[in-house]
Amino acid sequence: MGNHSDGSPNHSGTVATAGQNEVEKFQDPGLPPHRLRLADTDPKAAKRAERQVAVLFGASVVGTLIFLVAYFAIDLGAGSGANIATIRLQNALLGLGTAFAMLGIGTGIVHWAKALMPDHEVSEERHAIRTEEDRLAAVRIVDDIVEETGIKRRPLIRNTLLGAVALAPLPAIAVFGDLGPRPDNKLAHTMWAPLEGKLKRLTRDPDGTPIKASDVTLGSAFHVIPEGLNELHEGKLNEKAKAVVLLMRLDPASLKPSAGREDWSYNGIVAYSKICTHVGCPVALYEQQTHHLLCPCHQSTFDLTQECKVIFGPASRPLPQLPIAVDNEGYLVATSDFKEPVGPSYWERDEHERSVNS
Amino acid sequence: MKALSQKRRHPLAVIALLLMGLLVTGGLYAVATTVNEAKASTTSYSASDTAEGQKLFEANCATCHGMGASGTQAGPALVGVGAAAVDFQVGTGRMPMQMNGPQAYKKPAQFNETQTHQLSGYVASLGAGPAIPEEHLLDEKGNAAEGGELFRVNCAMCHNAAAAGGALTRGKFAPALADVSGKHIYEAMVSGPQNMPVFNDANVTPEGKRDIITFLKQIESNGSPGGADLGSLGPVAEGLFVWIAGLGVIIAFTIWLTSRTS
Amino acid sequence: MSAASTAEAPAFVAKTKTGRITDFVDSRVGGSGILREFGRKVFPDHWSFMFGEVALYSFVILLLSGTFLTFWFDPSMAETRYAGSYVPLKNVEMSVAYSSSLNISFDIRGGLFMRQVHHWSALLFVASIAVHMLRVFFTGAFRKPREMNWVVGSVLLILAMAAGFTGYSLPDDLLSGNGLRIIDGVIKAIPVVGTYISFFLFGGEFPGTAVIGRLYMLHILLVPALILLMIVLHLFMVVVHKHTQYPGPGRNDGNVVGYPLGPVYAAKAGGFFFIVFGVIALMAAFFTINPIWNYGPYDPSPVSAGTQPDWYIGFVDGALRLMPGVIGDFHFEYVIFGYTLTLNVLLPALVPAGILFTVMFMYPWIERWITKDDREHHVLDRPRNAPTRTAIGAAGFVWYCVMWAAAGSDLIATHFHVSLNDVTYWLRALFFVGPIIAYIVTKRVALALQRKDREIALHGRETGRIVRLPHGEFIEVHAPLDEYKRYKLVGFESPVPLPAVPNEHGVVTRKEKRRAFLSRWFFEDRVAPATPAELEAAHGHHAPAVEAAEESKTLSH
Repeated sequence: MGNHSDGSPNHSGTVATAGQNEVEKFQDPGLPPHRLRLADTDPKAAKRAERQVAVLFGASVVGTLIFLVAYFAIDLGAGSGANIATIRLQNALLGLGTAFAMLGIGTGIVHWAKALMPDHEVSEERHAIRTEEDRLAAVRIVDDIVEETGIKRRPLIRNTLLGAVALAPLPAIAVFGDLGPRPDNKLAHTMWAPLEGKLKRLTRDPDGTPIKASDVTLGSAFHVIPEGLNELHEGKLNEKAKAVVLLMRLDPASLKPSAGREDWSYNGIVAYSKICTHVGCPVALYEQQTHHLLCPCHQSTFDLTQECKVIFGPASRPLPQLPIAVDNEGYLVATSDFKEPVGPSYWERDEHERSVNS
Repeated sequence: MKALSQKRRHPLAVIALLLMGLLVTGGLYAVATTVNEAKASTTSYSASDTAEGQKLFEANCATCHGMGASGTQAGPALVGVGAAAVDFQVGTGRMPMQMNGPQAYKKPAQFNETQTHQLSGYVASLGAGPAIPEEHLLDEKGNAAEGGELFRVNCAMCHNAAAAGGALTRGKFAPALADVSGKHIYEAMVSGPQNMPVFNDANVTPEGKRDIITFLKQIESNGSPGGADLGSLGPVAEGLFVWIAGLGVIIAFTIWLTSRTS
Repeated sequence: MSAASTAEAPAFVAKTKTGRITDFVDSRVGGSGILREFGRKVFPDHWSFMFGEVALYSFVILLLSGTFLTFWFDPSMAETRYAGSYVPLKNVEMSVAYSSSLNISFDIRGGLFMRQVHHWSALLFVASIAVHMLRVFFTGAFRKPREMNWVVGSVLLILAMAAGFTGYSLPDDLLSGNGLRIIDGVIKAIPVVGTYISFFLFGGEFPGTAVIGRLYMLHILLVPALILLMIVLHLFMVVVHKHTQYPGPGRNDGNVVGYPLGPVYAAKAGGFFFIVFGVIALMAAFFTINPIWNYGPYDPSPVSAGTQPDWYIGFVDGALRLMPGVIGDFHFEYVIFGYTLTLNVLLPALVPAGILFTVMFMYPWIERWITKDDREHHVLDRPRNAPTRTAIGAAGFVWYCVMWAAAGSDLIATHFHVSLNDVTYWLRALFFVGPIIAYIVTKRVALALQRKDREIALHGRETGRIVRLPHGEFIEVHAPLDEYKRYKLVGFESPVPLPAVPNEHGVVTRKEKRRAFLSRWFFEDRVAPATPAELEAAHGHHAPAVEAAEESKTLSH
């Protein structure tokens, strides 16, 4: 009563450092006396609980019926003209039916158990997980087994067996050798490399129509695939996964190309790989006033005016630039492949970059 | 045919070819520009529209955009941005801007339709630019599937595949596109408001833009077949929902299940 | 029912038809013995003990709905043009896998419902495993003899994540395709063998035409089989150990108090399966999950804003987002001996998850070594009564949550109208500071709650009744606790730090000194349970206080 913390260290809850000398403890009073439920004493209450359980089971039956009606009465078949609203209705009714069917059974059983089945808590003794007697018996058995095999006396058998067992799983690993081809230098090249001396045009994603320099007005962004990509029969997505490019036009004055890159752009039009150098998401978010490129997956931000240098986020390397020019019909073309592997880094990347540039 | 193939080797053939090429490209350019100009004149502005627009502009916009829309430190020049840009910015309430910030917010429009029309007429009179789209491009009767493909390639990275919006750098964002009128969507594509890139007619054709609007309106009116869409925000919203609502309801059941009946 | 005696009681003849069938089976498999052993086995009852069951039931629902889905799903990556009934994708080029997923959603009755049931229960499966593990951790249920079952449970968590991830990728939609692309990027960052692993997984260059089929096999055969195996192990050990119980009157390490399996516990647990199913069905009925039709088919060029993995992979994705690629002039990707080392991907992808799982697996042994506690524990700790462990757990949880939140940094930015970059900067700071704050705050809160328990045990609970004494003082009347409630507050151990002890050679080893240091850290701040003597003193002290209103008493509420 009164105040429950009078402040004196002897009586307040202590944050004691060590050696609390009071060993005396409260005795376990044992299980509290059992308290009867309403249904245990009042037959009316028991009867009421019984009816409630039955109603819940009945609700389950209704749920099952809802499901069946929704399944058979609503037709999604081809040519039925089923629209999204119909599908939504059917989905909702199927779900509602299932929910009623399941919750009816579940809550019914639980209510039954809670209200009508005996609720005496009982205590059960725990037994030792392992008795000393069992342990001794087991040791004796193992000793006998080892003795009978004679494995200790015949090291030759033991050692050759160990060797054989150690080697046996190797074929199981080797057999997966054909899961994929060797990488070689496939990651070092893209479809942009000129084919038989013919420079590849930059074409629109997804329809593959070529792009004129004059089409690319200030502030616009074109999503670009190489000419001929849509005509590939095999490995189209593999090539697309490396070759996609974002094309933008800036004020030529804001571009400050580094040495060797002066002729990679055309009148302020620049093309950069769309594949993030972090883990490969398409860096497709172009902010036309700040000239930032943002990757929506991990928020790496690249500055177009600094040759796509990383200015924020987890990427560590600038986006590769595609050298472009204009052909005699006014269409944009790639003058060569990327001068470095595109996309996320990999162990052999630097080696590949050196071989591309040599 | 034979005559032609012989003449191909004529020394003058190269020059002829060059001339032809030039003519063709020049012609195409001419067509392209006239197409733009023709479109610019489809919405007609009377002289009084322009005059009224000028008054409105000088009273409400010139503080930032300067007299004659020549631009100041506070706002860019608007010569040549076209009627579409004005109709979008004023029509969606983004302009006049409430305050300087990373991005202008959509809010209830400050000017009525007539005033917006007059303002856009005035700005359009200052220099040619993208015009307000024609009605038939906004009829939402294009090819939704092709619009969807265009949308995913050109728009989804900022606006989200279900047009629920997304984040940009430093406080900027791409808004959700539900409840945005087809006209404003079209105008945004041709004018490239704020940090949105411009999608001119050479990039996405007017037909393509019509398809995109068709797609957007279709998914908007369809709704989600699976029930409430949780904002179409993807796995984050789903995860949040299962942790809070799903586990919440289940915990409520477990507490009921293990409690003693009175 | 009393057909317990089997072999030596051929005289038993069943009277009913059911009885004869039962007897036929029983005399051949020995069911009576099993029933005798388990029929009345006692299970303690507490709401927090139900999460393991939620996980188990979600898994059963996953098997049921998953089997349905396999009848229509085709894991081929061959190209096709969509001819189903969803108009906004009509005639679009896509893989057969995606097209068949769309067909399940739009053209097969109940298919969409099954897909949604499957995905919601997958999310719930991993979530309930996580909550179950948190419960086990914070109550100390991992202590002897349950360390190995803790490990099996941890393996189950990893397998559940693997099952989820392989399933997430199957529809071959844009969202999961970009997820796979991120995985490919992470794999390629592995030194020496990364490129090879990537080529082996995808059957060549990303995305190839093999990966969906391979993930499908893992998803419907290998991973579920392993999960099933682990569940069997897990439950076997639960039977061997019997369930733990919360402390309270009548409960100790030598007994288990609760309801017998039959009928009460079996009814509750069995009924609970239907409840879990019902709740999942409700979610699937009214809430869309994974709307693959919105995302479109996988294509390496597009991407959607808000590209995230399902929640359980979120913390790895968040770590990837938090890692800066460049600090000042230092690039985390650099060339070493002519090879590229991509630390800006490797570190966040492997280190936090590595630390989290290593500590998780080893924690029972770490605590055992520090406390030198080799006794069996069947009575749980209330989290407040193990303040240091609770604080460690909270620190780890907050650390996880920071990474988790980072996976939604873009959505935090758009929904709270803050800068994406600022969200990242704050979360980077919290990555380091958050766990420390959480540790300190949690430990103090736990100690405060222990003090509160002590006070309630000694002085009774506040009744809210204010009484004015004759001389004008106001006091609140405290009602004393009955002995059962009091025992719940005082019946716990409060170990003291264990100083370093010399080994058999009389030398105190370096390791032992470290252990003693950790033991001090673990147990230094402690609140001892109230003792009968203290209770006596409290009563003796207060009774006259009320009657005579001694001047030494001041109101200190």
